[in-house]
Amino acid sequence: MVSTALTQEQQWQGSLEELRGLVSERAMTGETMMLNMGPHHPSTHGVLRLLLELDGEEVVTCLPDIGFLHTGIEKNIESKNYEKAVTLTDRMDYLSPMSNNMAYCMAVEKLVELDVPERAQAIRVIVLELSRIASHLVWLGTHAIDMGAMSVFLYCFREREKILDMFEMLSGQRMMGSYLRPGGVWRDLRPEFLPALESFLAIFPAKIDDYEKLLTHNPLWEDRTQGVGIIEPDVALAWGVSGASLRGSGVNWDIRKAMPYSGYEQYEFNVPLGEHGDVYDRFLVRIHELRESSKIIRQAIDRLPGGLFRSNNRKFVPPPRAELGQSMEAVIHHFKLWTEGFSAPDGEVYVSIESPRGEIGCYLHGTGGNKPRRVHFKTPSFMHIAAIPVMTQNHMIADLVAIIGSVDIVLGDCDR
Amino acid sequence: MNIPNALDPVVSTKTAFGEGIQDVILFRGETTLVVAPFNVAKVARYLRDTNGLIYNFLSDISAVDYWEPTGGISGRPARFGVSYHFYSMLYNRRLRLKAFVDEDEPVVPTLTTIWPAANWLEREIADMMGIKFEGHPDPRRLLMPDDWNGHPHRRDYPLGYETIQFSFNAEEILKHKPFARE
Repeated sequence: MVSTALTQEQQWQGSLEELRGLVSERAMTGETMMLNMGPHHPSTHGVLRLLLELDGEEVVTCLPDIGFLHTGIEKNIESKNYEKAVTLTDRMDYLSPMSNNMAYCMAVEKLVELDVPERAQAIRVIVLELSRIASHLVWLGTHAIDMGAMSVFLYCFREREKILDMFEMLSGQRMMGSYLRPGGVWRDLRPEFLPALESFLAIFPAKIDDYEKLLTHNPLWEDRTQGVGIIEPDVALAWGVSGASLRGSGVNWDIRKAMPYSGYEQYEFNVPLGEHGDVYDRFLVRIHELRESSKIIRQAIDRLPGGLFRSNNRKFVPPPRAELGQSMEAVIHHFKLWTEGFSAPDGEVYVSIESPRGEIGCYLHGTGGNKPRRVHFKTPSFMHIAAIPVMTQNHMIADLVAIIGSVDIVLGDCDR
Repeated sequence: MNIPNALDPVVSTKTAFGEGIQDVILFRGETTLVVAPFNVAKVARYLRDTNGLIYNFLSDISAVDYWEPTGGISGRPARFGVSYHFYSMLYNRRLRLKAFVDEDEPVVPTLTTIWPAANWLEREIADMMGIKFEGHPDPRRLLMPDDWNGHPHRRDYPLGYETIQFSFNAEEILKHKPFARE
């Protein structure tokens, strides 16, 4: 064993004085205990560090510390042209990369006024809803495992595997597909995709019933989640909470309904709402969203129009390989778009979509040239982690674990 | 429930603040009100609390640096722009408030007293762009380490990279990371 004793310089030099005003006065006198949770704690879902002030087992103050997964994605995008930046957006919320692609692509499309063909919009809806299911399955599995229900995790990942296989059919990649591109999607649906999707939809509703049998009326689950981590609707709004976590408090705000994009206004689906705003209601809302998402996919398959899978506006979308042998313009466009890329005006747009976690906003500012001046992603996990201290006030540490799981955070999404 | 009729945000803020609304930009169907930095909190509170406006949800705060490598600030009134994105759930519409902030005195009043959600959004900007938020309850860095120099999202801040560790430079690199040794 190597000695891990720290030298004089390596020891923490700071003091509680730095936190004066943020923790209670009782921490200053040593009456309450300061405790670090994370960044390597499994139930913090990644690298989140929580600095807790504890009175016995009760949380007095909770100070989240983020930035461990900060990778400078926004800064990096400023040095890439518009299309090449899509691959970076995948890496933010790594459990639903397609949603990030979507927010970014919609911002680019709005900035340069690029239309998306109907078929591409329907394909986008299918993959977005599949991502929502895949992401909710990871949430359900990890949330349950945090509270000691091991088997749910295995079942959820079994179904998620099927979705990842389908993503592989589409984009060649299981997770970081970069399948959505400005103007549409990267390539058309593969012939094997729709049969795989059909067979998945055929079995999936029964699987949701299985998860519900294990959890929904399980007395242990109810004891651990009901009445825990309550956030009132007005408090949730003030703290910028969005998505299923907001709807768990009973606020009916779903961007797919409120400001439909990608043709969501043509699909029939319900927006499940909670009543109490506790961990259990957030759980129920997400479980119902699984069913609603399968309904949307079903409708999208039935009405999947033919036509282009990506816009043929050659000022923004590179021509397919086959055209290069026949058309001089195609060669020129190909060269221009893959070297320099297209230019966007010097203006700013803000676009938001409903990701599995909540509102992903993309603020995009062009320069008039081929690279953006600034891209900023408003990410739901960021806002939700900021709101965790409100939800955890005067709860036990064990409840803190349940609350972190219930707001469904991804640290890559938070730190970007 | 009796919902008052929606007001036009441009008209009503112009009557309330007059010259305080310096400019109105319409771009791609989005409305941007440009105000002086010291007016931000006042206008934001007015937008949230006035019947017929009720912009009750703070979606995002982001900042832009208009600095150009070739010189100049891209024809803007000041180097930094801070954009606030509000959403009104009642009337289902968005509005952007924008303040141009000078490089020499990059200070904007905080919105944390109006929306607690502004807390982290403003901390992020203070950290990454170096704009100070007056009256912020917790002005520590958020994403970057506490001892970091500079503000990475400024356009004059180089992209940078991490030195790749080989056996010949391993000692040199580990000197900067005392806690990575274990």
